[in-house]
Formats: sequence, structure tokens, C-alpha cells
Amino acid sequence: MATFKDFRNDVKPNWCPGCGDFSVQAAIQRAAANVGLEPHQLAVISGIGCSGRISGYIHSYGFHGIHGRALPIAQGVKMANRDLTVIAAGGDGDGFAIGMGHTIHAIRRNIDITYIVMDNQIYGLTKGQTSPRSDVGFKTKSTPQGSVEPALSIMEMALSAGATFVAQSFSSDLKELTQLIEEGIKHKGFSLINVFSPCVTYNKVNTYDWFKEHLVSLSTIEGYDPSNRDMAMQTLMKHKGLVTGLIYQNKEQKSYQDLIHGYSETPLAHADLQLSKEKFDQLVAEFM
Amino acid sequence: MISQLSWKVGGQQGEGIESTGEIFSIALNRLGYYLYGYRHFSSRIKGGHTNNKIRVSTTQVRSIADDLDILVAFDQETIDFNFHELHDGGIVIADAKFNPTIPDGSNVTLYAVPFTDIATNLGTSLMKNMVAVGASSAVLGLDIDVYQEVVEEIFGRKGQQVVEKNMEALRAGAQFMKEQLGDSIQTMKLEKADGKKRMYMIGNDAIALGALAGGARFMAAYPITPASEIMEYLIKKLPSLGGAVIQTEDEIAACTMAIGANYAGVRTLTASAGPGLSLMMEAIGLAGMTETPVVIVDTQRGGPSTGLPTKQEQSDLMAIIYGTHGEIPKIVIAPSTVQEAFYDMVEAFNLAEEYQCPVIVLSDLQLSLGKQTVEPLEYDKIEIRRGKLLTGELPTLPDKEYFKRYEVTEDGISPRVLPGTPNGIHHVTGVEHAETGKPSEVAANRKAQMDKRLRKLQHLKFNMPVYKQVKHEEADVLIVGFNSTRGAIEEAMERLELEGFKVNHAHIRLVHPFPTDEVLPLVQAAKKVIVVEHNATGQLANLLKMNVGHAEKISSILKYDGNPFLPNEVYTKCKELL
Repeated sequence: MATFKDFRNDVKPNWCPGCGDFSVQAAIQRAAANVGLEPHQLAVISGIGCSGRISGYIHSYGFHGIHGRALPIAQGVKMANRDLTVIAAGGDGDGFAIGMGHTIHAIRRNIDITYIVMDNQIYGLTKGQTSPRSDVGFKTKSTPQGSVEPALSIMEMALSAGATFVAQSFSSDLKELTQLIEEGIKHKGFSLINVFSPCVTYNKVNTYDWFKEHLVSLSTIEGYDPSNRDMAMQTLMKHKGLVTGLIYQNKEQKSYQDLIHGYSETPLAHADLQLSKEKFDQLVAEFM
Repeated sequence: MISQLSWKVGGQQGEGIESTGEIFSIALNRLGYYLYGYRHFSSRIKGGHTNNKIRVSTTQVRSIADDLDILVAFDQETIDFNFHELHDGGIVIADAKFNPTIPDGSNVTLYAVPFTDIATNLGTSLMKNMVAVGASSAVLGLDIDVYQEVVEEIFGRKGQQVVEKNMEALRAGAQFMKEQLGDSIQTMKLEKADGKKRMYMIGNDAIALGALAGGARFMAAYPITPASEIMEYLIKKLPSLGGAVIQTEDEIAACTMAIGANYAGVRTLTASAGPGLSLMMEAIGLAGMTETPVVIVDTQRGGPSTGLPTKQEQSDLMAIIYGTHGEIPKIVIAPSTVQEAFYDMVEAFNLAEEYQCPVIVLSDLQLSLGKQTVEPLEYDKIEIRRGKLLTGELPTLPDKEYFKRYEVTEDGISPRVLPGTPNGIHHVTGVEHAETGKPSEVAANRKAQMDKRLRKLQHLKFNMPVYKQVKHEEADVLIVGFNSTRGAIEEAMERLELEGFKVNHAHIRLVHPFPTDEVLPLVQAAKKVIVVEHNATGQLANLLKMNVGHAEKISSILKYDGNPFLPNEVYTKCKELL
């Protein structure tokens, strides 16, 4: 059986020392091993940005696509081969700015993949501009007077879009993050895991210390029930979205692939491509 | 007796004009006539003039007719809008309900038939279309029984009584018309057809069927005119093969999802029109850079921007060939008939996998939506080739080493493995990469990978890249076109030949990489080259000049008013240029 070390490769990440993304990389490697995957059974599909490089830093199949489009690529991969474990990953700009349209629709489509967002509230690779997750007043190169646009409440948005698995974590908490990714992989449907992953170079406000001060673990909230959508929404609103843990899971809802009519139970990628003569004649006759 | 005839039905959108044409033409198709139908419609659901023009012939026809023998009108606007197309001796059959009139002094006969009244008396005014078809059939000398089968197929679900009522409406229309006609128009009686069963389909049907035959088992697409029929057909058929269609949130998702699915090993297409293709351009570059097969259909329509969404145009050519930033290998195929559309789709999936690059199948509105009789499609010609896809067991890789997915090879094409395969792990990225797929900015590697990618198509094998009608070693003129203009060009050519001109014809089927070797000798052997195309800037003419030179010989016939070329227009304009 593979261990987390089998999911390591020899590529040195081009992330800054101290970047939160290192923990996310480690958590994916551990979670993959913990759920019993072999490296060839995993495909990591990522977007563009610092965090988007992650698919190249894990010893598995990896596809580093174009900005904002990790999710449609990942859904295509899963539709083609339902036996693969598919993880999509990218940053908050990738998923909640340029790729927001795909994020919302991937959530409501509920194809069985796991989406991990490395949320640092800033654009790092382009050297420090505002993101849809930046708070009002946040000063960046593109908002020198401070951002006037409110930050997106991403977890609440996911819930209202019909998400069946919503979790949030902090890259300092490798244990919780690993566990949430494992649960996300096991979840039958689309799982969204937002990870606060501090940018040590361009975000001097939302630092490790800032998060330690502000984040509330759901495990400390007595009676919290992740199967209760109302409670999830209210808790998020009460804590301005700054909670960690499994926020909501709907175990009853079937995945897209289990709902659509006729979809092959074996991977489509293994299908016989040749139409039978009988089938061909039948299709042709319909036009006569 | 006549061997061909042109018939048009018109009225307000939403009042059954399309189904009137359908019933009429399906029945004629089953009698063995060759048909060519073209719909004039607008980007709205109810209201506005619409018409369906159908050419009926005992031999293959691939163009709309220049003029009109019979116009069936459900309103005065139809007469006013289309009257000029009627030739001397033509007839108008109009619903008596609106007191139709035709211009004074024309040699056209108007028959006012109470379509609506007859239908209402039989039970419902909805059957006025049937009365009109019945009346038309009387003119052609067709027995109403030929409709029995079609009517049963369409209305059988609603019960035998509905079938009977519709047949009655057909007979009543025919009977009324016969009484009006007396012996007056024997000239419009159609010669008997050969009675052979042939397919009658739009280009989009053939594209979708070709995708199925070519092994496509997944499609991701976003609705758009005039491409949606492809998706709608596959939504009906793919589940029976275990496949699926996803209607995505936009065309960017459609294209990237198709790329993801192809990467993971299922033949997948997307289809759209100009606006969608504009959105897909970055993704097409990704497929080129990552050497991921993908098949994209572009059904061209009037541009730019939203342009003329329901009208004919061929103005995407340059954008499709040269679109996406940077330089990638790409194959662009432009079928000119429904048959070619079918075979080209099968081949598109083979080429995409063999050359590991995007393949764009270019259609246009006239080809995609024009409905025509199709000679049998041959099952034995369907072939699945997957190129350098490795399917067997792979040798164990040394610890943590990656499979060389982008190995530099002589032909530029590298072995490919699908995710999920043991010992095949590699990286895929739109960033410039080394043989393992890992990012690399090393100058020598960059050059090696660029050269490798672009080398792939140097020896592209494509059967019949140009459809040629070449009768003359030395020609007065070579007429060149692509996509649906083939029929109009062929007919114009026949007329020019009758007048003594030596005319050759080349219809470019593989538009990229351009088949210079095939086209250059034809250009050299002609005194003049006339390029016929549906755009304002002469895109194909420019492509020709770039690839074969001889700019001094090349002139253009351009049409970009939204309507397809008529044979007569091509003929007249060619004469002006000769």
C-alpha cells in the first residue's frame, strides 16, 4: 500500500518559504495515502497562480490547465473515468474571480470530485493585487486606497448554491486539513474545501497570527450538527465565515453521475468505440 | 412533366410553417425524390416572417433554386416578401382567409384556398397546414396516400382519430385544389422518382451521427444557433451507449471539460458557433500546448458579435485557423456536403488522437441547417484509429521518474497514456515543459518542444483534402469555395460550360494545414481564379494568396447579406469577371 511518501515527487515548489500551500500539498499527499489510493489512481487538476502549481508537486497524474478552468477540466476527467479520484485545486482568484461561474455550477452539478481552494485573500503570482476574498479597506497594488468591494462570503455562497459538502480549514492545522480532504474524497458528490493558506509575502494583514486569533473551530461549538443546513448558515454568518471544520454535509443527495440516465457504470474511457452494424443501421433508418 | 420543382411555404413564426415543410418533404423523400430544404427564420420564437424553401428533383441537388414554382402563403406578408422569386407561370396558393392579392400584370396565378376554413370544419384550424400540403400535392399530381405513413408517425401517438382527421384535411385540400385547377397546370406534374429509400437530414444531424460513429461518448456544450441540434441529437442517443452530454454554464466550460475528458481517454466533442468559438480560443491553445486531442465543431453564422444569428455566413475562417495566442498545431476541416460532414466527423476524432491536437470541424449555417437527401453512408468506411495511445502494460519506471509523455520523436508525436494507468504518471501543463511534462524554461528545451509540436502536421495524412471537378488541363477559370457553396458553384459552372467557358472547380475541404500541393497546380492551370465565399473581406481568397501565391489571378465573389448564394448569382458574377 502506498504511503504519503509515494505521493512526493522530486520537483521543488516555487512557493515562498513559509507559504501556506506547502501544508496543503502535504495534506493531499497524506489524505491520498490514508484513503488507500495508489499514485496512478489520483488525478490532480489545477488552475493558474502560485497555488495552481500544486498539480506538479504531487506524484500522481496532474493537469495544470488555464486560469479559472480547473473545475470544468476536472469534471471532464471524472466524467471520462469515474474510477479515478479527482482533486481540483487552485487559489481564491482562480476559483472565486475568473472561475466563479464554474465554481457555482460545479457545486450545483455535484459531480463526485473534491475542490480545494488555497485562499490567501490576495493575488500572489502577479505580485500583490486584490482578490474577491480581500476585506474592505485592504490595501494592495490595485487598491492603493483600500478595497471598497466587500469580500465574497464563499461558504455561505456554496451552501445557497446547493453544495453537498462544505468544509473550511487552516493550513497550520495539518491534521484537521488532512482529515477533511479524506472526508471530501470519500463524499459521494462535489466537496468544497476552502483552506486559509496565508501569503507571507504580499498579505501582511491576514497572517498566521491573524487567523489563529480569528478562526473558530466548529469542534468547540457545542451541539454543532453538520447535517443541519440552517445551523451551518447561521453559524457562518455569526462568525463572519471564519470557522474551521466540516460545515455541512448532505449524505443523502446522489451525485450527478448516479442521477443521469444511461451513464456507464464502468469508466467511459474504457468503452468500445466501434458502433455495431446493427446500431448504425438503426440510427440511419431514423432519417429515412 | 418536370424533373424538378421549387416550392416554398411561408407565414408567421410559430404557426407551423416548419412542420408543413417537413411533412411535404419527408413524403417526397420516401418517394425517392432528392430534396434540398432551407429555412429562413429569425432569432425569435413567435411572430415574424419565416419560410421553408424546398427544392424537389429526380437527381441530386445541393443548392437552393434560383426561383420558385409554387408559393404557399399563410399571410399577405409571405406573398409580398417572396413574390419576386416566382417565375412566369408560377403559382401562389394562399389561405383565402386573409383575402390574398398579388401584384397586377404578373404572369403568376393566385389560388385562394380556404386552408383555415376547411381545417376548422374538420375539427381544428391547426390542420390548415395539412390542407395546404394537400393543395400543393394536387398541383404536383401526387396521390395523398403517400402521406399516410408520415402522418401516422407524427400523429399516431395521439390516436387513430387524429391520424384520420389529418388525412382528411390533406384530401380536402387536394380535392379543393383539383376543382380549381381543372386541366390548367399539367406542366407542374412531377416525373416519377426512383422510389429508393435515402436519408433526409440536416448537416447537424450528420455531424452528430458522425460523432457517434467516430467513437464520441461524451459531449460538453452550451446552446447556440445554429449548433444546438448536434447536442440535442446526442442527448437522445448517447445514454444508450453509456455516454452523456453536459450542458455547461458557458462555452469556456464546454471546451475545457471536453479537453479534460479527452485527456482522460473518452472521445469528446463540443460544438458552437462564432461567439462560442471566440470564448474557446484560450482553451484551444491549451489543447495545442498540452497535445490533448479535442474535436470542436464551429457552425458559422453571421458575425461579428451577435451579428446575424440565424443567417448564413463564412466569416470565422481566419479566426478559426489563426485564433488562440501563440502557435499550435491545429487541423481545420470544412465539409461541403452532408455526407462529407459525417465522414469528416469520424475522421476528426481519429486525427485528433493520431496527431494529439485540436481538430476543428468548420460548418456553416446553410450546411448545418439545410436539409438534404443523402446517398447512403457506408458503415465499412468507419474506422477507429487511436494513434500512439498506449493501452498495454507499461514497464516499471525508476523511483519517482515520470513517463515521457512529451518525448521528442522524429514525427513529433509522442506516446500517450491515460490517467489511471500504472507506470504512466506524467505531468500535463500549459506552461512550456520538458519531455516528462514538468515545467521548463530552458531555451534548448523550449525550441525542441515547439519544433516537435509543430512538426506533427508536416506529414498530415488526409484523404481528399480538396473536392475537385477538373475537366480541363487549361481552364479559363478555377472557381474556389468551401463549405456549403458547393451546390451553387456546381450549377453556375454547368451554365458557364454550356456557354463554352472552360471551368474547373476546387472546394477546399482541409482548410488547415492548407493543401498547397493539391491546389497550386489547379491555380497554375487557370487563367483566372474566382473565390466564392460568404464574407466581406475575402478570407479564403487571402488564404489562397498566402499559400499558393498568384495574387494577380485571384478575384472574389462575396456575399454577406445573410442569404445563401443562388446558382444564378454565382453564374452572373463569374460572367462579369470573365
